[in-house]
Amino acid sequence: MTEISLPRIAVADAGPKAAPSAPFIEIESLSLFYGASKALKNISVTLGEKVVTAFIGPSGCGKSTLLRCLNRMNDLIDSVRIDGAVKIGGHDIYGPDVDVIELRKRVGMVFQKSNPFPKSIYENVAYGLRLHGVKNKSELAAAVEKSLQQSALWDEVKDRLHSSALGLSGGQQQRLCIARAIAIRPEIILMDEPASALDPLATARIEELILELKKDFTIVIVTHNMQQAARISDFTAFFYIGELIEFDHTAKIFTNPAKKQTEDYVTGRFG
Amino acid sequence: MNKIQGRHFRAEKFDFWSFFFSGLTGLATLLILGILATILINIIANGCQGFSWHFVSTIPKKDFFDIKTTGVLPMIVGTTFRVLVMTIFVIPVGVITAIYLTEYAPSNSFITRIIRAAVNNLAGVPSIVFGLFGLGFFINFIGKNLDVLLHNSSAVWGQPALIWASLTLAVMTVPVVIVATEESLKAIPPGLREASLALGATKLETILKIVLPQALPGIMTGGILAVSRAAGEVAPILFTGVAYYMASLPTHLSDQFMDLGYHVFVLSTQSPNIEQTRPILYATVLVLLVLTFALNIVAIIIRSNIRRKMRSLH
Repeated sequence: MTEISLPRIAVADAGPKAAPSAPFIEIESLSLFYGASKALKNISVTLGEKVVTAFIGPSGCGKSTLLRCLNRMNDLIDSVRIDGAVKIGGHDIYGPDVDVIELRKRVGMVFQKSNPFPKSIYENVAYGLRLHGVKNKSELAAAVEKSLQQSALWDEVKDRLHSSALGLSGGQQQRLCIARAIAIRPEIILMDEPASALDPLATARIEELILELKKDFTIVIVTHNMQQAARISDFTAFFYIGELIEFDHTAKIFTNPAKKQTEDYVTGRFG
Repeated sequence: MNKIQGRHFRAEKFDFWSFFFSGLTGLATLLILGILATILINIIANGCQGFSWHFVSTIPKKDFFDIKTTGVLPMIVGTTFRVLVMTIFVIPVGVITAIYLTEYAPSNSFITRIIRAAVNNLAGVPSIVFGLFGLGFFINFIGKNLDVLLHNSSAVWGQPALIWASLTLAVMTVPVVIVATEESLKAIPPGLREASLALGATKLETILKIVLPQALPGIMTGGILAVSRAAGEVAPILFTGVAYYMASLPTHLSDQFMDLGYHVFVLSTQSPNIEQTRPILYATVLVLLVLTFALNIVAIIIRSNIRRKMRSLH
């Protein structure tokens, strides 16, 4: 947040379509229905490459649903229907020729509740690589080490790579999940409240990690914690009951939002 | 102040109903334990007389009512094999059905509910009905047609056989495996499936690499329950494979076999001299109990090994 100087914000467009420098994820009039009820209403927003974008808003506002549109995890729910388009790097990910497996390789995800597989630490990180055909042992070992180092877990686990991932603490498990996600070198990492179940210390480590990771990855994070959004994100989108109310530089959202609703939410007047 | 609190929290009077009901539950438990103990003690005490190495390792002559010459080796072999062959069929079918129901079938659709109801009803069908089904379907339909297809001059498959008895038992016990597997699949956190899918795994890869290894102990439990149920069943094999007497051990899936449970029935209804047969009868029942117990123990040891491996690692 401190990197972004105020004068730049002053020239930024105030509307929900304020485009970051390099458009990468383009969401175009996206609506999503669970059966008959409309969970996302005509959302259009463009997210930039190698920046952190935070989705904030009260519970049930659709931020997690929108996040799950970006790697098509909503496909798993039978009753979901989607209108509109999501383009990543110019390609419509809901197009007829899209391979969902390939998409999920490019768009990784970290979940709210850390969910390491009941395998060893090593096998957790190697899982995605093995899925995508990496068999060479030294190649696997190198990739596992690199991912664990990038997720700031290597020093803590290097001596027990082959013991169970379930023996790690909550914060370590979540960093392992991040390592597992980045092991297959996605372009985008989606994070669904990755620190909401962690204590403040573990949360701080995850936040540091996110700031480190944005050098290499595009990050979209859903969070309930407004200070967290302010600390780690470059851009923030505020949602309310399925609508995108405001999207802008994070500093602008938190200091001088264009909409009254946004201001009420970020100042804690509701939500 | 202490005095006031003490008076306030002291039980005011003897609570008759809570005493009565806790006593009732205790009595019910004791009754069950008492029945079990009576059966076991009776069988072990009386069964030991006729029990010997000779008894379990001998193929008896035609007159198996004489304690000096009889044995139960063919029955042990027959019962063991029909249970093992059943397991080979029932586990894959039960597990695959359970996977379909929990992982693929739309969870609340009409058809899924029909299938679940059918599985539950199958578990409630009397075992003699399975025996008749086995005779009609496996022997008279599949077996006879197999003989026609293979141009067998005499009935090879179209008659009671080990394979048909085992398949009949498999049909009878498949609901047990389905239900146990379904329970263990449902107990796996959905987050693990999501994590795997989000890494670009297909549904099949997720099931094979994440879901099934986790469900293995539950599947084993289903297998153990199926084995326990099948080992002592007589009715389903009555028309489908069991023999009153065979001079040699079964060597082929199309052979008939002798069986411990059926032999108990034979000894207790066909004996010319009840007093003389009684020690044999007791010893045979003891062998049946020990065998069932042993089959269970083997499965339980395998399961605990899997659990230990899962905890300590792959």
